[in-house]
Amino acid sequence: MAEINKMAAEIADVQPGIQVPGFSLEKYKYLWSDFMNGLWSENPVLKLVLGLCSTLAITTSTQNGLGMGCAGLFVLTGSNGLISALRKVIPGKVRIPAFIVIIAGFVTLTDLTMAAYTPVLYESLGIFIPLIVANCIILARAEAFAARNPVDRSIMDGLGMGLGYLLTLTVLGTIREIFGNGTVWGASIFGENYIPMIVFILPAGSFILLGLLTGFFNQFTGSKKMTSTEVGCH
Amino acid sequence: MSELVLLFMSTLVVNNYVLTKILGLCPFIGVTKKVENSVGMGMATMFVITVASLMAWFIDLYVLSPLHITYLRTVIFILIIAALVQLSEMIMEKTTPALYQSLGIYLPLITTNCAVLAVPLLIMNKGFDFWETLVYAIGAPAGFYLALMIISTIRENLAFAKIPRVFQGAAISLITTGILALAFMGFSGLIRE
Repeated sequence: MAEINKMAAEIADVQPGIQVPGFSLEKYKYLWSDFMNGLWSENPVLKLVLGLCSTLAITTSTQNGLGMGCAGLFVLTGSNGLISALRKVIPGKVRIPAFIVIIAGFVTLTDLTMAAYTPVLYESLGIFIPLIVANCIILARAEAFAARNPVDRSIMDGLGMGLGYLLTLTVLGTIREIFGNGTVWGASIFGENYIPMIVFILPAGSFILLGLLTGFFNQFTGSKKMTSTEVGCH
Repeated sequence: MSELVLLFMSTLVVNNYVLTKILGLCPFIGVTKKVENSVGMGMATMFVITVASLMAWFIDLYVLSPLHITYLRTVIFILIIAALVQLSEMIMEKTTPALYQSLGIYLPLITTNCAVLAVPLLIMNKGFDFWETLVYAIGAPAGFYLALMIISTIRENLAFAKIPRVFQGAAISLITTGILALAFMGFSGLIRE
């Protein structure tokens, strides 16, 4: 995978003077592999173990998980694209504060939009919307990917990572809602006599459930160890 | 006075930042393989949270609120934190090289610790006065430090256990944390918020 990424970077970073063919199958392959990378083989939550705070704190229902996932997807794609576009302008020494300000701008945009159009969801996600700024996934992708790659690849990486985040949150939210509340999207499924397993809604249950999910995910994808230096965060 | 003590205990154990509020998990899972690492991370985080929260409180009182630009809180607070982290790194490097050797590598990671941004934001949401802010800004990172110490001590012992291959690393730490969080639920109801 590393070799493919390197080759792709070389192909995409050609000199501006050289004519790039309008359609190149190779390039689309790389874009696709960037996309699938975040979605599956380097899933930000289950594989890289990043952005856990929002993942665990708000996934008490499918709706919350989906809402938070969409917010994360938007911020990640937007900031990846913009940071990649500005990567040659931002001086290396102040890049972290610069990235953070760009991310904070997107987060404030999301925050105000959600407050205006989805007040109920906004209320239940609470402080975790502004906290997207401090979400490891976003800064890690900015630092590890968007700062080194062209705009189209960075956007694809943002979309893949964001969708991986969204899917994980939705799955986690659905499992917790089914067992902790006996409902799916608010509709009861076990009938009147079901006694909810409260522990799934509590913080303790979320830790244990994510631990088990991470284990199962490792089983399916093979446990290639990601070390902390590789992801540029924590 | 007793209210401040209660507030401190409440942020330290009852509403522990890691185990009850689920904040600051990235360093909690990321750097707690050894006790000495979590001492370094805990100390550095404590310093940044306390100073950043007080600065945020003053800036909010004298700049953001009078100008009616409180919607910029997220941007301004994260800038304060990033600047403070950068500044303390540079000062520490020049004045106390020994301390820098032990804490320096943790400092850049603090910017993306969501507990650091959450403390000033929650202080603003709750509308605390100066003394409450001070107590909250010390109690919250102290709780974070406590949780780091507990989990790193456990993980040092876990290193000798036979854990199934797929559960090694983050997975077993998360499950352990879950059990710890269950234990910390014993504190709930101790103090009414």
